[in-house]
Amino acid sequence: MDEIFGIPAPLLFGQLLLGLINGAFYAMLSLGLAVIFGLLNIINFSHGAQFMMGAFVAWMLLHYLGIGYWWALILSPLLVGLTGVILERTMICRLYKLDHLYGLLLTFGISLIIEGIFRNQYGSSGMPYRIPTQLSGAWDLGFMFMPVYRGWVVVFALFTCITTWLVIEKTRLGAYLRAATENAPLVQAFGVNVPRMITLTYGAGVALAALAGVLAAPIYSVNPQMGTNLIIVVFAVVVIGGMGSILGSVLTGFGLGIVEGLTKVFYPEASATVIFIIMVIVLLARPAGLFGRA
Amino acid sequence: MADVMTAPAGAKASTGALMEISGLEAWYGESHVLHGVDIDIREGEVVTLLGRNGAGKTSTLRSVMGLVPRRSGSIKYEGKEFVNARPDVIARAGIAYCPEERGIFASLDVTENLLLPPMVRPGGLPLDEIYTLFPNLKERARSQGTKLSGGEQQMLAIARILRTGARFLLLDEPSEGLAPVIVQQIGRTIRELKKRGFTVLLVEQNFRFAQTVADRHYVMEHGRVVDMVANEDLNASLDRLHQYLGV
Ligand SMILES: Nc1ncnc2c1ncn2[C@@H]1O[C@H](COP(=O)(O)OP(=O)(O)OP(=O)(O)O)[C@@H](O)[C@H]1O
Ligand SMILES: [Mg+2]
Repeated sequence: MDEIFGIPAPLLFGQLLLGLINGAFYAMLSLGLAVIFGLLNIINFSHGAQFMMGAFVAWMLLHYLGIGYWWALILSPLLVGLTGVILERTMICRLYKLDHLYGLLLTFGISLIIEGIFRNQYGSSGMPYRIPTQLSGAWDLGFMFMPVYRGWVVVFALFTCITTWLVIEKTRLGAYLRAATENAPLVQAFGVNVPRMITLTYGAGVALAALAGVLAAPIYSVNPQMGTNLIIVVFAVVVIGGMGSILGSVLTGFGLGIVEGLTKVFYPEASATVIFIIMVIVLLARPAGLFGRA
Repeated sequence: MADVMTAPAGAKASTGALMEISGLEAWYGESHVLHGVDIDIREGEVVTLLGRNGAGKTSTLRSVMGLVPRRSGSIKYEGKEFVNARPDVIARAGIAYCPEERGIFASLDVTENLLLPPMVRPGGLPLDEIYTLFPNLKERARSQGTKLSGGEQQMLAIARILRTGARFLLLDEPSEGLAPVIVQQIGRTIRELKKRGFTVLLVEQNFRFAQTVADRHYVMEHGRVVDMVANEDLNASLDRLHQYLGV
């Protein structure tokens, strides 16, 4: 097991793991986007900024209050989710009767404001965030060293995606969500407080982005641009998977992360663009996306 | 409760109507679709709304349910005013709606569709009784909601609002586009519901069908209620009705 297709195994598996980790972030972020788009019909362009806020809140909790990673994993999504709830109640809720484009413009503007505020406060060089001691170190898998934290990210992201999917597909709350995605007025006419559900769904989607941000904090440095770079790729992932499909966005996220990793091994020149090339092909062949309904 | 006693002009004097609609007007954006609808319904009655296409029957039901964006006038249920209430608040008062297009959810299976509407009050039909009334729904429990036949979808749309404890049902053309045997089954179901004390406001184009289930009939034209006929007088008023309905 030294070489596979003429590639040294450690290199291949190393890139596969990196791809899997990127895929984990793609999956978590596109999942939140899909949930929000499904119910609110809003393309949440501030998703990247909210991911960044998740990482920053984790850093701030540690830096100012001495609250560590494990609590941050709970508190940061709650706090950032709460800002999402406020945003939805004060601004986004006014746009539902208008075209998609208004929501996109509003959330795009908001993401610029959020990033500007953080850049102004903390500069753009980035802050380190330590890996929690319980998750530091690496496992020797024989063919490669696997940093424990990276394994944790993949497992935790998978767990989060599967849990979210189960909630949406198998619970009563999920049935309300799916039904309201199809016909919100009728669900409200059955006695469900749909406006409140929409607010909480937006909050939950934002919290999911923030959770990904906390996971990312020890891997990437915590900086105001960390979301911008990622979210462009995530939007391509969403286009490829098909807007609004929950399972589709998760599978596409992980799948494209792996494809990206493999491209780094076999044809590094294309690794930054491969996802966009796939996007173009999918748009030409299947405009609704791989898992989308036309 | 004194105000409940004042029946609007044009309606039969009713003592203690369960629902009283008076001077109801409604708008979709700029277009004014209801111009003063007066209806009242006593507890346990089955009342139909007859009228030509576009007369405003669906808009009346949707206004009662709070689904038409702008409304004025008065809709009282159990003496309480609901004309400006949100749909979920109206539903929680015990009013349930079965839309003309049936509103079965494609992303839910039959059981999920059936169990979707939350309980609003105690006293809804238990699930096994619903399956006795609609045996097909049990057989097709795992099917995707919209894979059912038109008749089964209509059954499902009615069945799911019987569980919730709502006692006042708004049914919009449940017989529309269905085979005669299914229409008969729906007729039997509505009579069974009446026996169990449900109050029903039923939109119908087919007054032959309406005649088999209802106590009274209101006729709508151009967004107004223009006439009311008791079921026992229906045959004597056929000429009048033919004129209204253009059949
Ligand atoms: N969503 C809407 N926006 C604008 N106008 C509408 C809307 N829905 C209905 N209307 C108009 O309101 C009027 C009443 O329509 P409504 O659907 O209430 O009639 P109806 O009596 O139920 O007719 P049908 O027998 O065809 O179901 C019609 O002129 C219709 O064009
Ligand atoms: Mg109608």
